[in-house]
Amino acid sequence: MAGKVKWVTDIEKSVLINNFEKRGWVQVTENEDWNFYWMSVQTIRNVFSVETGYRLSDDQIVNHFPNHYELTRKDLMVKNIKRYRKELEKEGSPLAEKDENGKYLYLDFVPVTYMLPADYNLFVEEFRKSPSSTWIMKPCGKAQGKGIFLINKLSQIKKWSRDSKTSSFVTQSTKEAYVISLYINNPLLIGGRKFDLRLYVLVSTYRPLRCYMYKLGFCRFCTVKYTPSTSELDNMFVHLTNVAIQKHGEDYNHIHGGKWTVSNLRLYLESTRGKEVTGKLFDEIHWIIVQSLKAVAPVMNNDKHCFECYGYDIIIDDKLKPWLIEVNASPSLTSSTANDRILKYNLINDTLNIAVPNGEIPDCKWNKSPPKEVLGNYEILYDEELAQGDGADRELRNRQGQALGPKGGRSRDSGRTVLTTWK
Amino acid sequence: MLQEESDLSLIIAQIVQKLKGSNLYAQLERQAWASLQRPEIKLESLKEDIKEFFKISGWEKKLQNAVYSELSVFPLPSHPAAPPEHLKEPLVYMRKAQGSWEKRILKSLNSMCTELSIPLARKRPVGEQKELLNKWNEMGTDEPDLSLFRPVYAPKDFLEVLINLRNPNYENGDSLSFRTHLGLIQVPLKVKDIPELKEFFVELGLTTGQLGIDDSTQVPPELFENEHVRIGQKVLAEQDSAAAQQYIRQGSPTALRAELWALILNISSQPEDILYYEQLKTNVIQHDLLVDSLIYKDVKLTASNDDYYFVFEDYLYQVLLCFSRDTSVLGHFAYNSASPPKSYIRGKLGLEEYAVFYPPNGVIPFHGFSMYVAPLCFLYHEPSKLYQIFREMYVRFFFRLHSISSHPSGIVSLCLLFETLLQTYLPQLFYHLREIGAQPLRISFKWMVRAFSGYLATDQLLLLWDRILGYNSLEILAVLAAAVFAFRAVNLMEVTSLAAAEAVLADLSTLKVMPLLQIFLFATVT
Repeated sequence: MAGKVKWVTDIEKSVLINNFEKRGWVQVTENEDWNFYWMSVQTIRNVFSVETGYRLSDDQIVNHFPNHYELTRKDLMVKNIKRYRKELEKEGSPLAEKDENGKYLYLDFVPVTYMLPADYNLFVEEFRKSPSSTWIMKPCGKAQGKGIFLINKLSQIKKWSRDSKTSSFVTQSTKEAYVISLYINNPLLIGGRKFDLRLYVLVSTYRPLRCYMYKLGFCRFCTVKYTPSTSELDNMFVHLTNVAIQKHGEDYNHIHGGKWTVSNLRLYLESTRGKEVTGKLFDEIHWIIVQSLKAVAPVMNNDKHCFECYGYDIIIDDKLKPWLIEVNASPSLTSSTANDRILKYNLINDTLNIAVPNGEIPDCKWNKSPPKEVLGNYEILYDEELAQGDGADRELRNRQGQALGPKGGRSRDSGRTVLTTWK
Repeated sequence: MLQEESDLSLIIAQIVQKLKGSNLYAQLERQAWASLQRPEIKLESLKEDIKEFFKISGWEKKLQNAVYSELSVFPLPSHPAAPPEHLKEPLVYMRKAQGSWEKRILKSLNSMCTELSIPLARKRPVGEQKELLNKWNEMGTDEPDLSLFRPVYAPKDFLEVLINLRNPNYENGDSLSFRTHLGLIQVPLKVKDIPELKEFFVELGLTTGQLGIDDSTQVPPELFENEHVRIGQKVLAEQDSAAAQQYIRQGSPTALRAELWALILNISSQPEDILYYEQLKTNVIQHDLLVDSLIYKDVKLTASNDDYYFVFEDYLYQVLLCFSRDTSVLGHFAYNSASPPKSYIRGKLGLEEYAVFYPPNGVIPFHGFSMYVAPLCFLYHEPSKLYQIFREMYVRFFFRLHSISSHPSGIVSLCLLFETLLQTYLPQLFYHLREIGAQPLRISFKWMVRAFSGYLATDQLLLLWDRILGYNSLEILAVLAAAVFAFRAVNLMEVTSLAAAEAVLADLSTLKVMPLLQIFLFATVT
């Protein structure tokens, strides 16, 4: 038990390194005996790959689950959620209840999405139903807004048509795989601008599911006023909130970085829309995060050496309905402003406190149940073990016809540590 | 007794006179005529029946609210024969000082005008008008060249003027005694001490529930919060301004705040109000004023860089540009020690027939002015409502923060109150800071001039402004400033320079105002 934690990382970011150093941990290389490796997603592939992978010992922890891409690749996330919904429907769960239009009442939180080129024909059928709609094309394996574009005409995506004579082997390969989702063209605007939410969620184990939500998420605003006008479909500054894109805009401000805290958002919404609808919105956001994790839990390799801190991207539409856009396995640790740096530093700090208890050499056999005091700015989002202890029918009572707001089921930014008791 | 009665009847007469010209009067008249159709109105008891009708239909409430609103800004009782200048400011030396300050500002504005060869006002060519109309919702993206513009003045310039204020009738001798005021403000105005403040702010006491304290996460909402919200909803249902004002002393729930403030300020968005705002917008489109550039510059320097308010940048232009053209604001100069600057049509200098007020609303913005509007954007997203609320807040409260007067809520009194509180209750700290050349007022002045906007976190700021509305007084700003110093006293005692003291007090964004105020007023051993 004596001896300092030996750490390695292949991500040269000060918010990480400062956190390791302040704990008195010792930096080593990946060929030496290490206890903690904060790795990029490329490296995790190698660690767990069949050919070159190595067995991790009990005192080694890494910051990704081996097949995190089940959640963090856009196409797989959608596949898993669709599968999860069908399963619930089959077992007759009340969660899978649908309304008169056939839309899921509680599980409709991902915009209609198709894989291209695989689902091209299905997509065309859907497109023709509402030909004036806008769709967003996103490459499956890329990040930071790269390669994303909007379309409102079938001709713009001819390349992905399976019957297309121009299609070749190249377009069929997974490298060019795209998802196409219905674009949310009625986002909630504040000050006339579109924004999205970035929330951090830490998962320490998938079975039983134990996850934590970081209280200090933030909103990312576009620098340009939103317009659904078709003439501006190509203007990425209007539509994409990624900081990587916005920071190249003319009006990008380096002091606030176009970011708002989630508590500002809450204050604004409560003041202008009322407390109940705001509470409901935040409850729904927590709900969709938990459901997305439950959807992938069965297929996730619940390796005990792993934990993961995800960056959830959520968009709120003007009816105050939250939509899950995507989940990032490697949320950016770059700091665009001074506040940002402080936030990310604290995020890593709190994450390490939970993942590596007491800052000592880890033992992955531990029960992954940290005491409340070390949570820092995290609060428990869902703890399956505890929830199961509360009885199976609590869920039904919570869900039926009532806004999610009883004390047992509410998470507030102001810091009450609350358990969600949904199953 | 007789004097009070005649004072009262004078006040009543004046208020009636004021309200006669208002829209409410016309509406009441219409309602009265319409009520004649109703079966319960009988000719024999016409007066009583109509009164009863007004009571039941809520019109009496509206009238009450309007009267209450007038009373809030009504100047303190004075001699019936007092000339109008006395309503603005009873003390001659204050009036004189305000007059010279105004002359300086105007001179500065005119010289900037001449230097840059920009007219104070010009009509926009049609093409430019069209462009501005298209851009109305995103004026923030406009990047006019503002590098040559400077704010007309900054709070610290104003502070220098206040420091040099002297009452020529006051002679306190050269010898220092324990009564000597050691601060920067050297005029003898009456300010409250802590016992008086405790009485004035009695609802902030330790045994009364407060939002900002008793709604924190550790306190179960059944103890205070739920009931308080329920009462708030009731107050709103009753539409009673006076009740709302009393209620809000304990803070306003976030969901009710927008409506409560509107009720207290007696703002209801009538079609006429929306039309009026549209008219102002048209004025903006048609004419360009020099002050517009000052407003742009101010927003770009302050709100655009603010973590909380940058989102609302475009609203700020929409409000402030219209504000400068709103001649109804001129009305508040009746009780403001300041007077609107006059300018003359080109070539007709000195000829009264060619004099105009410049800017049309008589208010020249200074560095930080846009921060008065910014917090309101969290509450109102409809431009004309936002505009009305801001305008009312300005003519009731904010104007006092940058004009020289003896009013208890005027900036001079606030500064004196702050310094006196510090000197009396934290003498060691005060003396220490003075010794190292860090007069406390030099640091706290900017907080008070901006009513703490941009210094506190928004939710805390709104709780503070709740109390400004509730007590109809700005004195709480001085008390909070002193409370902040008290809170950071330990660190401040260790600094050895003004710069270091500024650094200790640079970041107020983590402060919780209500506990600070409560501790300072009610829990400090005096």
